[in-house]
Amino acid sequence: MSGPHGTMAGVGRTYRIPLPALAAASLVLVTTALALVFFVAPNDADQGFSQRIFYVHVSIAFTAYLCFGLGAWKALLHLWKREPAADLESYVAIHQGVIFGALVLVTGSIWARISWGHWWLWSENQLVLFLVLFLFYAAYFMLRFSIDAGPQRANLCAVYALFGVVLIPVSFLAIRLAQRFIHPVVFTRHGAAFGGWIMVAYLVSQAAMLVLAYTLYRVELSGKRLDARIRDLRRVYA
Amino acid sequence: MSYVADVRALARKDLLLELRARDTLPAMLLFVVAVFVVFHFSLPDRSSDLAAGGLLWVAVLFTALLGLGRAFVPEREQRLFDGLVLAPCDRSAIWLAKSLATLTFLAVAEVVALPIFALFFHGIDGVTVAAFVLADIGICTVGTLVGAMAVVTRARDLLLPLLFLPLAIPILIGGVGATVVGSPGRYLLFLALYDALFAVLCWASFEYIVTE
Repeated sequence: MSGPHGTMAGVGRTYRIPLPALAAASLVLVTTALALVFFVAPNDADQGFSQRIFYVHVSIAFTAYLCFGLGAWKALLHLWKREPAADLESYVAIHQGVIFGALVLVTGSIWARISWGHWWLWSENQLVLFLVLFLFYAAYFMLRFSIDAGPQRANLCAVYALFGVVLIPVSFLAIRLAQRFIHPVVFTRHGAAFGGWIMVAYLVSQAAMLVLAYTLYRVELSGKRLDARIRDLRRVYA
Repeated sequence: MSYVADVRALARKDLLLELRARDTLPAMLLFVVAVFVVFHFSLPDRSSDLAAGGLLWVAVLFTALLGLGRAFVPEREQRLFDGLVLAPCDRSAIWLAKSLATLTFLAVAEVVALPIFALFFHGIDGVTVAAFVLADIGICTVGTLVGAMAVVTRARDLLLPLLFLPLAIPILIGGVGATVVGSPGRYLLFLALYDALFAVLCWASFEYIVTE
């Protein structure tokens, strides 16, 4: 019952950056980012050393949003243009999004523990939003693995992925609204200006995470395509 | 006009089916009352009325989930889906009719449940009723679409709450906010926004759920 996407395993004709170059770029960028974050960026006036986790936390969060967005875009391409590769690409993008989203939860939790003394804070909108998204996209995987591969699975997953990208702003708004009756006190995060080395360290971290995510996306995609091709070949020669 | 006629015919089929078989609604009614009793014993003596107001929303959400889980069972058991998809009508009409039918069941369940809640816990104001009307629309539109997804999977009933609850969290926030906060305007507005946004999305995407 394997779907037609298995036979479309060939990489597209458009030019793509080769994987080893991507891997090298992400290694260099991540190392540079860590060096900048730990040795160059100044200590935060209020929170001291622990504030440095934000360079990682915020850039991971942004990357996760982009992954979810990419997943939804590919889902749209599947439904709209019937692009044969889009279903697998959408799935892989969302998979990366969930991995980065879990890292957002972990880094946010560490920061909350150090700054406020609790592992979990319901008053941190970003964390709560990522928890909701994590639940949502975990259900996406349950859905995907509960249907046989094929056009129907691709359609259902695509529609659910599109729901996700609408749910992000709606949940964001809802969680902001919930603050008014759940936690009236809202913490302001940064008092300090966002310039100089802080800006550089953040931008490099952001670039590092984006390139890393794209590399992982490409690695997983080529692995999954290889799997599909092997399955097809086995079926042909069985 | 034929779209309206299609929706009416399909919704009429669901309501008639329920009227004859009485599969869903009695279960929803019993369930919601049972949940109230459970909540009574899970709220210690000095818990505030606010907590009861929040739990009312949980009870209604779970009751709706019960109804939504049954929504596509006749289609599945009688293998009706193929027939519906082959019928010469817009596929979104199937979704709209099913949403209207589940909305009717949920509304009837609430007409019974809200007075019982008032009897057991505390009175309910007009704002809460308005919030329930808006929330019901969101629950039934999104829930029907997700229910149609869940019914074609292997996990079926197991999957529906997992797919639906993350999508329902904003509804719950809007509803509880309207119930417990002094100035509920923005919460009602938010619920209306949610309804509009997701209704359009469901309407546009239902076709892909039932076709390949």
